[in-house]
Amino acid sequence: MAKVGSNTGNQTAERVYSYYPGCSQLATAEEYDVSARLVSRKLGIELRELEDWICCGASAAHSTDHWLSLALPAHTLKQAEEAGLPLAVPCAMCFSRLKFALHELENKETRDIVSHIIEKELSTAVAVEPMLKILADESLPIPVVKPLSGLKVACYYGCLLVRPPEVVKFDNAENPQTMERLMQRLGAEPINWGLKTACCGAGVAFPRLDVVLKLSYRLLSLIKASGADCVAVACPMCHANLDMYQKDMKAKFGEKLDLPVLYFTQLMGLALGFSPKELLLNKHITNPLPMLRKKELI
Amino acid sequence: MQDTKAIIPEPASSLLSFVQSNTGQNISSCYQCGKCSAGCPTAYAMDIGPRQVMRAIQLGLKDEILGSSAIWLCVSCQTCSVRCPREIDIARVIESLRLLSQAEGTPPAQREIAVFHRAFLQQVRIFGRLYEVGLGIMYNLRSGHFFNNMNRLPSLFAKKKLRLIPQRTKGVSDARRIAARVKKLESELK
Ligand code: SF4
Ligand code: SF4
Repeated sequence: MAKVGSNTGNQTAERVYSYYPGCSQLATAEEYDVSARLVSRKLGIELRELEDWICCGASAAHSTDHWLSLALPAHTLKQAEEAGLPLAVPCAMCFSRLKFALHELENKETRDIVSHIIEKELSTAVAVEPMLKILADESLPIPVVKPLSGLKVACYYGCLLVRPPEVVKFDNAENPQTMERLMQRLGAEPINWGLKTACCGAGVAFPRLDVVLKLSYRLLSLIKASGADCVAVACPMCHANLDMYQKDMKAKFGEKLDLPVLYFTQLMGLALGFSPKELLLNKHITNPLPMLRKKELI
Repeated sequence: MQDTKAIIPEPASSLLSFVQSNTGQNISSCYQCGKCSAGCPTAYAMDIGPRQVMRAIQLGLKDEILGSSAIWLCVSCQTCSVRCPREIDIARVIESLRLLSQAEGTPPAQREIAVFHRAFLQQVRIFGRLYEVGLGIMYNLRSGHFFNNMNRLPSLFAKKKLRLIPQRTKGVSDARRIAARVKKLESELK
């Protein structure tokens, strides 16, 4: 758990984490990193970015090279262990790779081999937590200044945050509720829908866009039919798949979706009073601003 | 499950025992209920689905499995593993088959997906982190789909989505060293 400052008993006791942004969050998904940092600071959470961190290897290492897929995240786990703080991770893919590595490292033989590769003695004594869990912590007060009244949100978790449960140890694999409860605290109205942990097509958009279009359209059309105004996500891959290709979906399936897809941290940021500009709401391919204006939320 | 083993011919049991010992999963216990294929998001695009992959392992149909598109179209979403009534970690089994197919030099049935993974890791070896623009360029060059995603560039530029300059990290030397040491270890293991 987070290190709690000396002022225990105070509700806003200081929470300090090491922070692993992950590659995408400093590039195409910059708005996730920016909003996560803004919101954290506002809530009294200190994020200390690991120095000179490297890529987790994502699905590329995992699909093609067993030892590399453990050694790359192990490098980060070691950094976190040395920093002596729990590790906060916004990206669901990074989170999943780090958790899988931790899980595998519980096996002594595996741990010895990976320690040999990275030339450092590994332990499994490091806590890795998704940004969603940290920011949705119900013991943490959220000073909402602009409730998201009347905003119907479809919370979408995707695969990696919640599966497999024995590895990620977070919420529920089939019907998670963390994001819904958070949205309610922001004054928004989470909708009920059936595919919130179904797959969006993950990382195959380059080689097989057809697969991503089919799977992501299945999600968006159900969300649309369920009456949501927007989608909340906690993963840069889910975001890209749902946000970037809505025009392609219109061409292929004939349905105009126009469904804004926002990071949950951006919705928190709005409720906390940050401006659309600060939250980089202008970076999405499907523009959320007209909808937010209509709802009088900006 | 000893009885089943007794009726399977020798080559079949060798693939079966290889995968079982490699993954720690009891594949013989699969009773073909089909729940894995029913929930698999990409099964519709695979030549054989996860349930058939499991049966093929039991039967020792190695070439069919290693040459299948299933092992490349699996996106490791873990749905099958979470739902299997026999508690088989199917995603892990498929992962080990994908690795086996590469170790044996089987041409990937989904060449573009394999090319994409390699282009991704190349960026990590060069920069220590993913450089998305570099990945796009390398993927297009290596896959031969030179104009892939080109029509998207104007909107990506307009929204300042693309970071044109690679991220810098001193960790790049660590990433390279790790990649080199993995390579060395893997050649020793062979
Ligand atoms: S869900 Fe499990 S038991 Fe059923 S077919 Fe798939 S692997 Fe076999
Ligand atoms: S892990 Fe692979 S095989 Fe299993 S459901 Fe997901 S895509 Fe299908």
